[in-house]
Amino acid sequence: MSFDTFLQHLTNGISLGSLFALIAIGYTMVYGILRLINFAHGDIVMMSSYFMIYFMSAMPWYAAILLVIISTVLLGVLIERVAYKPLREASRMSIMISAIGVSYLLENLANYIFTGVPKGYPDMPVLTKGLHIGSLSVQSASIVIPIITILILVLLINLINHTKTGMAMRAVAKDYETASLMGIQINRVIAVTFAIGSLLAAIGSIFWGARYPSVYPLMGVMPGLKCFIAAVLGGIGSIPGAVLGGFLLGMGETMLVAFFPTLTGYRDAFAFIVLIIILLVKPTGILGEKTTDKV
Amino acid sequence: MKKSFKWIAFIMVYVMILSTFLSGCSSNGGSTAANSGSGGSAAASNDSEVIKIGVFEPLTGENGGGGSQETDGIKYANEVYSEVLGKKVELVIVDNKSDKGEATTAVTRLIEKDGVVAIIGSYGSGVSIAAGDIIKQAGIPAMGASCTNPMVTQGNEYYFRACFLDPFQGTVMANYAIQNGAKTAAVITQNGDDYSTGLGNFFKQAFVKLTGDEGSIVADMVFQTNDQDFNAILTNIKAANPDVIFAPSSIATAPLIIKQARALGITCPIMGGDTWENVSIIDVAGSDAEGVVISTFFDENDTAATDEAKAFVKGYKERLGGDDAVIPAVAALGYDAYIIVLDAIERAGSTDGAAIRDALAETDGFEGVTGAFRFDENGDAQKSVAIIKTVKDGQFEYLSTVTVNE
Amino acid sequence: MKKRTRIILTVILAAVFIVILTLLDQGVLGDNYVRRVLNLAAIYSIVAVSMNLVNGFTGLFSLGQAGFMAIGAFTVAIFTVPLEYREAIFYISPQNPILAQIELPFFAALLLGGFIAAGIALLIGAPVLRLKSDYLAIATLGFSEIIRIVFNNMQSITNGALGIKSIPGVKTMWLPFGVAAISIAIMKLLINSTYGLAFKAIKEDDIAAEAMGISLFKHKQLSFATGAFFAAIGGGLYASLLTSVEPKSFYFTFTYTFLLIIVLGGMGSVTGTVISSFLVTLGLEWLRFFDEPLTIGGVAIPLFRSGLRMVVFSILLMTIVLFFRNGLMSNKEFSWEGISGFFKRLFSRGKKEAGSNE
Repeated sequence: MSFDTFLQHLTNGISLGSLFALIAIGYTMVYGILRLINFAHGDIVMMSSYFMIYFMSAMPWYAAILLVIISTVLLGVLIERVAYKPLREASRMSIMISAIGVSYLLENLANYIFTGVPKGYPDMPVLTKGLHIGSLSVQSASIVIPIITILILVLLINLINHTKTGMAMRAVAKDYETASLMGIQINRVIAVTFAIGSLLAAIGSIFWGARYPSVYPLMGVMPGLKCFIAAVLGGIGSIPGAVLGGFLLGMGETMLVAFFPTLTGYRDAFAFIVLIIILLVKPTGILGEKTTDKV
Repeated sequence: MKKSFKWIAFIMVYVMILSTFLSGCSSNGGSTAANSGSGGSAAASNDSEVIKIGVFEPLTGENGGGGSQETDGIKYANEVYSEVLGKKVELVIVDNKSDKGEATTAVTRLIEKDGVVAIIGSYGSGVSIAAGDIIKQAGIPAMGASCTNPMVTQGNEYYFRACFLDPFQGTVMANYAIQNGAKTAAVITQNGDDYSTGLGNFFKQAFVKLTGDEGSIVADMVFQTNDQDFNAILTNIKAANPDVIFAPSSIATAPLIIKQARALGITCPIMGGDTWENVSIIDVAGSDAEGVVISTFFDENDTAATDEAKAFVKGYKERLGGDDAVIPAVAALGYDAYIIVLDAIERAGSTDGAAIRDALAETDGFEGVTGAFRFDENGDAQKSVAIIKTVKDGQFEYLSTVTVNE
Repeated sequence: MKKRTRIILTVILAAVFIVILTLLDQGVLGDNYVRRVLNLAAIYSIVAVSMNLVNGFTGLFSLGQAGFMAIGAFTVAIFTVPLEYREAIFYISPQNPILAQIELPFFAALLLGGFIAAGIALLIGAPVLRLKSDYLAIATLGFSEIIRIVFNNMQSITNGALGIKSIPGVKTMWLPFGVAAISIAIMKLLINSTYGLAFKAIKEDDIAAEAMGISLFKHKQLSFATGAFFAAIGGGLYASLLTSVEPKSFYFTFTYTFLLIIVLGGMGSVTGTVISSFLVTLGLEWLRFFDEPLTIGGVAIPLFRSGLRMVVFSILLMTIVLFFRNGLMSNKEFSWEGISGFFKRLFSRGKKEAGSNE
């Protein structure tokens, strides 16, 4: 393939990868604190997109974005309170089943309320403008998204490492029971974690909508799963890991289709195969740390 | 709490089993067929005042949009023509969720529980093909409105269809492309969708035959059903530099393909099949949809229309909310499917499945909204006309009528 | 309760079931729709018990049942479609020449599917079973999806995403119910054996079990492979019931239905699973009325339209997960003592409440 085409594929890959990265951060944060795979995260992105459609039709874009973020955060915290909190003492299987249940409920709810017909995500010219640099064609979103992702990454690292809340979050992630014994408000920390995760989901949904403006109830399923795999790839529990994993997975998937067009059918399988490999070779992920289980 | 839960559960089981049996055995509103044993030509005779016609469409799932529109056309027809043989016609609408497994259950339910005398549907060739065997075995005639894949009626004497077929449609599109100067084409199809794969194949065959050039299909790409990111596929297509892109996909993916293609700087014309005639595509793709070309069954502004068509256009536009509303082609086909079935029941003079089926086969020159109907030995409507439309100024606009003489 | 009484009661119960089933099968009771739903429930019970074997009894959080079902379903589909229909079905690219010649009788194809699934489970299990529970869940889910995607793309073997139709159907209700009875009996025997004890030990505390000398690897593999085998049997029957299959039906969300069934029935109870598979299957059909507009006394209730059924279903699932975590039977099994005890307690409670004045 020509160099130009290759560059184009590269750009596509970076763009997809940064989207994955944004959503993967949400997964990794929740897992780090609660040891819970929040299956519902992808569906929160989906609900956020629907919120946007409805708010945008009623008010100017800046108000709509604010409301979308607020409502998504509320949704995330609500889910935590209702579906995860009662099961904190229960077995891991129970809480995972609860997460699956929430995900299923959100999908069916969306199908019922909004019907299964795909709706168009409102167009934001700022993000969807097509730019042509040399022979490359990119949407302005493709440039904005990686930048914002890196910015968010830096912000979060600062939050985790240099603030009291961040310290509390690290403590809870390290050892849940001891942290509560030390006087840390577990409920508040968990709520903040979910709030941040949902905030990122809302931002992710805005960018996702700019790139792929078709909104339907099952839109969050595959991306959610892939983003979780990205988080595992980079090291679950580690935010830089999630970003790294997201980029790697996005690039890998795009390059697979770029170089082996006959394998487009296996595109989704690629993510799962990567998952299996990483789980077998280095289960803690690229940037993860090895922890020993005490018996 | 646990004990009462067990009580509730046991009571629920009891009630459920009881109600399933009761509704299976007794007559609900006097219309469940007293079916004993296996299928055979089930005499779904209704001894009440109501004749039931089943409507089997996707109302949710991937094809929910088109299915809902088609159903609405059928419902409107039911309002306009609500009686036959002196009895009221009642529609029983079942959602097949765009899923083949659900389709078989839905059709079984229509035939067994609701005792329908005929079935209309479905939007989406895949689900129609899946339900075909059950329909054949039960001996209930079915009229497809917009399912264009040949396999729907092939080998199934009980399945008819009111629309043209994909081999025809593929040829029409290939013809159009070549007439407008295309020498090379790229084809994008959806893996797993009978309609998309079938139509794509027919287009390829016709294009190669008409150009006489084996290599004129420069790119042949396949995507998965829930894919949203087509950038990689489209980048490869851009590198192959075709004169035209033909992408017969569903409504869900169409705007994504269009938008992403334009964003990548692909400027060649993009063509789609009859599924693309849906306003949601223009809504989502916006200005990028300008210039997209599609083939379809019906044009509301056709001046040579039949009286039935003129009345339909007037009445249905009112139902949709005014003159600005655009009538989806599938609604017109749904309407036609209904009135053809009604006409057949009238001519058969009974609600026996085999009799209706024979009456349908004998249909000759019946005037519907989308043309005059006669069915060939496969049960396909003999239609030699397709309409080509394009998107202009955010609306579907009539381009030309293509007649292919076989 | 005396042993003799127990045996008599069991025989009577079995006789009642056989009579009801014969009546249903001959068409005296119910119609095709009822038969279809009951057959589906029987098939679901096979898959649900197989999943319970792995998840509930051995404590391995596996979400891969849909993939194994797909293996069983497609094996039956590929080998039992009559030869003369094959060309029409594989119209995009012809069926693999070797496979196109082979037509197997139903049971042979069913068993073949089971063994293939078990083999693949052994292959998958080797690397994956030592992972921790959440990772195991995602890994098995991943494999389930990989299997489905591979089927989606093997155009000449499985006809790709178009699926296969014209599969010879289920002629009598004895087929699914008979196979279900045998499968569940086999699995119950396994659970009651020393292997079953090892499974339960692994579920309680696998490190302690290993310390006591139980070979984790061997037993986990056994459980996983058996679960896969029976899931495939269920899948093969499913293909036969539907008479057409496509990879899309085996999306991993299909596994959620079985997850609901085993949670509802009680993760450690076979009886519970069987009861709840019938409950859920019948319930899903019964809930269909939520999808239709409802009028009571001429007033149209606004909420009832398409899609409400699944919302109600999901809410039920959440309620059970949150409030009734042990399900119907938690880990108890069916026993006559249990039933007589239940009724005794019921009436004595009534007496107590009537007599007491606390």
